[in-house]
Amino acid sequence: MLTKRLIACFDVINNMVTKASQFQNNIDIERVETVAERVYDMQIDEIVFYDIKASAEKRGIDLDMVKRVARLVFIPFTVGGGIKTISDMYSVLKAGAEKISVDSMAVRNPDIINEGAKAFGSQCIVLSMQVKNVGVSEKIPSGYEIAIDGARVFTGMDAVEWAKRGESLGAGEIVVNSIDNDGTHGGYDLDITGKICRAVKIPVIASGGAGKPEHLYDVFTKTEATAGIISSMLYSTRLPRNYSVEELKEYLLGRGVNMRPMVR
Amino acid sequence: MIAIIDYKAGNSTSVENACKKMNISSRLVQTPDELAQASGIILPGVGSARATMDSLRELGITDSLSELVLNKRVPFLGICVGLQVLFEHSEEDDTDCLGWFKGRVRQFDRSKVRVPQIGWNRVDWRQSNAVNSGSADGNYFYFVNSYYVVPEDESIIMAVTDYGGEFVSMVASGNIYASQFHIEKSGTAGLKLLKNFADLEENAKC
Repeated sequence: MLTKRLIACFDVINNMVTKASQFQNNIDIERVETVAERVYDMQIDEIVFYDIKASAEKRGIDLDMVKRVARLVFIPFTVGGGIKTISDMYSVLKAGAEKISVDSMAVRNPDIINEGAKAFGSQCIVLSMQVKNVGVSEKIPSGYEIAIDGARVFTGMDAVEWAKRGESLGAGEIVVNSIDNDGTHGGYDLDITGKICRAVKIPVIASGGAGKPEHLYDVFTKTEATAGIISSMLYSTRLPRNYSVEELKEYLLGRGVNMRPMVR
Repeated sequence: MIAIIDYKAGNSTSVENACKKMNISSRLVQTPDELAQASGIILPGVGSARATMDSLRELGITDSLSELVLNKRVPFLGICVGLQVLFEHSEEDDTDCLGWFKGRVRQFDRSKVRVPQIGWNRVDWRQSNAVNSGSADGNYFYFVNSYYVVPEDESIIMAVTDYGGEFVSMVASGNIYASQFHIEKSGTAGLKLLKNFADLEENAKC
């Protein structure tokens, strides 16, 4: 049976991994390669990097960074930030990434999902969504609205509708990133994660809020999410303690969650 | 020297990185002449069967590839779509493929499982050979696929995996090996298979 995945996700500014809370106040952690190699050795299942300033600085993604990481880790990794065209996507994939994450840009130009899926296959295109609980209304029936540009701009789009549209355009996976829970370490937003899992047939990745192993257990048993993004738990100094991938996997395997066991 | 076929829709860079990590001498190739010098051949694959077949035909490499592998028996490793195109036909965009093996490529049942399958899944060996030597039953490998192969000849099945039912996750026949999972992205378990394949090619040269 397919196992649930633990995904390490890193925000990168100028080749340094940084950590923000609710999309603000970034603090530097370490060089990208150092972090990538460490989590690979810890046997994380997958890695995601967001070049978080690429969009704002109107430049392409740092391809040298992608190449350096690709030489160090032999598990899948996804890259996002600053990707606008099919040719950007091609460069990132050729540099050694497996998948491309699109977010704000896909809201502005949904056709990029379709074009990317046609050119490289759906499995390459990850639709990442920033969602905020705004209460149920006629316009937002799920109660969650899509935001873009580092959660600063609200779009008036319903999160579940956008997820369904992304799937029909050809996205291969959806990341549901809760703006409210991001950086709080209080757990994933099970409500919207569950709603989106029920609305689409492609894999759904929960993101934002994981601070304890119990949060992973909850999202894997109470929703159909196939993966959880963890980052703070691995290294944030804002948490009372950090966890190794081994600890997390042993905890989950011990409670009957199907995970890839550690390779000894 | 192992030739990694470098075509537009492939992920040859990742395979090359994995070879470098394991100190395997390898080269990206795009022409029949370059291919002819190889002592082993890897056909990587991501994306669709149609895009892969189109890319291979664009390079004009399909005839020499078949000649080298089927007649000259050069060791061959196909990965993901590089497995699927070895069969006669893929349901994906109704694509005619290389046809080295009798059989078809089918899509996972969307009413039963999420498609694509993305993630680590368990591989159970049905054959023991030089390529999976030292690899325990129940090892986990990384999969990304919406389609799976259905060989007519069951004797070529090297491994099976469960995703809403059992499917063939690797085939082996003579000098030909091909996996549905991404050997180059399955951590140490995958790198070990890659090394075993390279050693095979080393042996063949002696």
